[in-house]
Amino acid sequence: MTTEIITDIAEAEQGSSLWHDAWLRLRKNRLALAGGIILVGFSLIALLTPWIAPYAYDAQNLELGASPPSAQHWLGTDIFGRDLLTQIMYGGRVSLAVGFVATSVALLIGVTWGAIAGYVGGKVDAVMMRLVDILYALPFMIFIVLLMVVFGRNILLLFLAIGAVEWLTMARIMRGQVQQLRQQEFVEAAISLGLPPRTIIRRHLIPNALGPIIVYTTLTIPSVMLLEAFLSFLGLGIQPPQTSWGLLISYGAETMEEFPWLLIFPGLALTITLFSLNFLGDGLRDALDVRRSKD
Amino acid sequence: MSLLEVKDLAVSFVTRMGTNKAVDGISFTVDTGKITAIIGESGSGKSVACYSMLGLVPMPPGRIDGGTALFEGQDLLQMSEAQLREIRGRDVAMIFQDPMTCLNPFMTIGKQLMEPLLYHQQVSKEQARARAIELLDEVGIRDPESTFENYPHQFSGGMRQRVMIAMALINEPKLLIADEPTTALDVTIQAQILKLIANLQTKRDIGVIFISHDLAVVADIADQIVVMQQGKIVEGGDSEHIFHHAEHPYTRKLLAAIPADSKAPMPNEPDTLIEVRKLCTWFDQGRNKEPVKAVNDVSFDIRRGEVLGLVGESGSGKSTIGRSILRLVPVTSGSVNFDGTDVTTLQGNGLKTFRRRMQMIFQDPFASLNPRMTVFDTLAEPLLLHGIENSKSVASGVLKLMDDVGLARNFVRKYPHEFSGGQRQRIAIGRALATRPEFIVADEPVSALDVTIQAQILDLMQDLGKEYGLTMLFVSHDLAVVRHLADRILVLYKGEIVEQGSGEDLFERPQQDYTRQLLSSIPGRALLE
Amino acid sequence: MWRFIGIRLLQAIPVILAVITVTFFLVRVAPGGPFSAEKAVLPEVKAALEAQYRLDLPLFQQYTAYLGDLAQGEFGPSFKYPGRSVNELIGAGLPVTAELGFYALLVAVIIGGLAGVIAALKPNTRQDYIPMTVAMIGICMPSFLLGPLLVLIFGIYLDWLPVSGWGDIPGDKILPAITLGSAYAAYIARLSRAGMLEVMSQDYIRTARAKGLPEWQVVVKHGLRGGLIPVVTFLGPAFAGLLAGSFVVETIFQIPGLGRFYVQAAFNRDYTMILGTTVFLSTLIVLFNLLSDILAAWMNPRLRAQFGEQ
Repeated sequence: MTTEIITDIAEAEQGSSLWHDAWLRLRKNRLALAGGIILVGFSLIALLTPWIAPYAYDAQNLELGASPPSAQHWLGTDIFGRDLLTQIMYGGRVSLAVGFVATSVALLIGVTWGAIAGYVGGKVDAVMMRLVDILYALPFMIFIVLLMVVFGRNILLLFLAIGAVEWLTMARIMRGQVQQLRQQEFVEAAISLGLPPRTIIRRHLIPNALGPIIVYTTLTIPSVMLLEAFLSFLGLGIQPPQTSWGLLISYGAETMEEFPWLLIFPGLALTITLFSLNFLGDGLRDALDVRRSKD
Repeated sequence: MSLLEVKDLAVSFVTRMGTNKAVDGISFTVDTGKITAIIGESGSGKSVACYSMLGLVPMPPGRIDGGTALFEGQDLLQMSEAQLREIRGRDVAMIFQDPMTCLNPFMTIGKQLMEPLLYHQQVSKEQARARAIELLDEVGIRDPESTFENYPHQFSGGMRQRVMIAMALINEPKLLIADEPTTALDVTIQAQILKLIANLQTKRDIGVIFISHDLAVVADIADQIVVMQQGKIVEGGDSEHIFHHAEHPYTRKLLAAIPADSKAPMPNEPDTLIEVRKLCTWFDQGRNKEPVKAVNDVSFDIRRGEVLGLVGESGSGKSTIGRSILRLVPVTSGSVNFDGTDVTTLQGNGLKTFRRRMQMIFQDPFASLNPRMTVFDTLAEPLLLHGIENSKSVASGVLKLMDDVGLARNFVRKYPHEFSGGQRQRIAIGRALATRPEFIVADEPVSALDVTIQAQILDLMQDLGKEYGLTMLFVSHDLAVVRHLADRILVLYKGEIVEQGSGEDLFERPQQDYTRQLLSSIPGRALLE
Repeated sequence: MWRFIGIRLLQAIPVILAVITVTFFLVRVAPGGPFSAEKAVLPEVKAALEAQYRLDLPLFQQYTAYLGDLAQGEFGPSFKYPGRSVNELIGAGLPVTAELGFYALLVAVIIGGLAGVIAALKPNTRQDYIPMTVAMIGICMPSFLLGPLLVLIFGIYLDWLPVSGWGDIPGDKILPAITLGSAYAAYIARLSRAGMLEVMSQDYIRTARAKGLPEWQVVVKHGLRGGLIPVVTFLGPAFAGLLAGSFVVETIFQIPGLGRFYVQAAFNRDYTMILGTTVFLSTLIVLFNLLSDILAAWMNPRLRAQFGEQ
């Protein structure tokens, strides 16, 4: 312990915030880090696809037909002679977009809903959460299939439908967080200091509830992507001329006996992405676990 | 030959951060029919020492570095896991700190009780059952036949600890290890359990190791006392010797931390700052259920500049009274007049102005600080909110507060998790003082701290109270602490005031049965006289 | 306990009613009538058909009439195949899907539960990492990818197992059951590991060890019950997932179960069929959720007492 008297705050030893500690822990977790790097890479590729794809999206070569991986077509071609790598890159754009957009929808609705229910409490909370309970009991998987059948395969609708399912868990988590934090003595202390509710929510509740929300968001993206791929595989999701990894897998499964690469490469792309997201999510969960002491 | 002879026992934990010597070469003995108390603060290695002998410390990360532990002449440290299992629960039994979590919630009391008997001895289920019921009766469980099929959640904390004791004794062990068995209990229950353990021990003539952080608790029952600090034994001997001729400074510090005196009454009767009248705070339990009457028709005054002690057991409503005055819980009815204004009716800005004048210090220094704010942020928030400092002067204001509460200025940019419990409580005190309040509610401010730290924080609060001219409501379950600190004391029971008076009045001439019971439960009275 | 079951049953009724209502109106407002595909239907024929399917009535009366049918256990006729009713198809498909689901659940619970418990006993060792990595692969390998790959490897390259059908050739049930169950085995492995880790760090486990019980008794008698409650709670959602998964698996392996019928109905835009099966499957899922909740509550004496006869 140093006893020298300092007069300027800037001279004081810099503390290590929980975020900083979490980052140090995350950095030690190689799997999570690798997952993060792969994700950043895939996202960049998806963003830049129109410029870096080796072939045009609709370039066909009917004479070539399905060919195994070669120097011209690194991952081979499909039965229309289209470059598979290009297809996977464009498919990845859609799959990743569905994952991120639908999760954002879920995040927005869920966090707002849960925060209000948790902070206001009482009857409002009871009504809001009862609604969540009822919606929770609905078999949504079947409902999404139904929606896609009834309203046609519309990508916007897909975003909304999937987002509408996933926000429920988000709302529950957020409410639990807020409720638990509200009982913490530091929030009581903030109230007794006379801080207005706005400031309490902004300074004391949100920063502390953020950890679990970030973790759950990371884990929601893969489940959303799975759902999209599932629907597309059944032919109920993304429709040609657009494509997605689920759709590519579905085509690949039809012709896998003759042209197995058409199944394996899109499958690999999906699996690697899901792996990365899950490992990153698990890593974040461990890293952000506030209960874990420093030593 | 002693029942247990521990010699040079050393245990360490090997982690990535390095090797930590938890127990560093300790020696002590336990005799048949005697109680040996091991005293030490959290992290002193007292529990690890006992657990490691019985193979209950997971290895790795734990590692026994050396020593012997002769139990009836056999070295426990050399035994295989199978041999140790034979001894555990049969010759050596244990009871633990928190009876709420130490019983399996998914299993009936009866099943758990019979388990050690059925496993270690050749008895039929009927015999085991009869034996278990007999023991339940002996430890004071009413109607053991019918409670036999009950689950742990159907018992109170004290009753569960009785069940734990029965379970430990069912195989008639020769050695009982009791690890802080009364720390989680109310003071009157604690007194009962201590008496029970002492009685059973004498009757059965068994050896007991009693692990505690509190010298006072073991004062009445221990024959031998061993004081541990940072893995080492700093002093040991029979209790008489430790209490009256302690030599090691740490032991003396522990003894000094037990407050024994009554505060002298205030010379003149100052005017009243707070008038609480017919205060009721009830909590709704939902439809068709009686509300919990946490505070029920309570009236009292707090005089300017005094420390008013509020004592009671858990569930007595003592914390709720403090929170009601500060408007942290909704008041059901009644009034709280603070310097002529009824704070129960205040709203908006009026309330904010009054909040500045009344602050609170909380029990748990780990929960009362926002883990994502630095000391600077925490202390600057009230200073800026109430315009006590502006953005230019706030830095010096924060540093001044840190000086006042005895925190090194160098820590100003650190986060709460980088501090010890005592340091955190200093930050929390600093935050409460930041608004220059006239009145402070201190809700068990030291009960989560180690004994020697407790004494420091109490001293600090007393000094600051004088310096800032504070009026204080000091809420505590610990009568000795309250007596030491408070000018007047209120005794609370089930939401109502049963008695009030100066510390001396209350201790020397208690009027009510409940007060008398409470006083006789104070551990270590032998030590106080 | 009975009161708890009663309350939960009552709570399930509005959910099921909501499902029926939403499904009914969704299907009715769907663009394109049921016969728009057929060209130039005679007006008289059209009128007769509409009468048969009650399309001539006002929408609300159609709804109440449908509710009446449901109350009698009638799920209605098929649009596409006038001779067949939803009930018949359910009668034909349900046993197959139920059997498939049962095997898959068996695979999931036994393999997943075992892997999770084993991993939790020695956390952060190889005994933990290996099963958990496999579980992660299981989660990231959806059934529509795993199925074709299994077919490719075991059915085509190795030629060990049949790749389609149900109950026709011995062994043709193995691949579908594994395909459907694997993802849930993975989830259950993770859940039971987390549950067991939580329980094994509880104080009462230390109490059990202090009694001198051997480690396997500590785990089985004191650990398992609390550790597996999250798994039981998960069984409800898992059942819903298995049903949805059966859409894919039955399509891949050409199994004549409910899932395949449902997907076909969706493609054929066979609205009454979709309506009927949705209502049926949803009710099933709601009831199964209820069952797993009740089971989990029953396993916890504290909850059991809360709803007990007091």
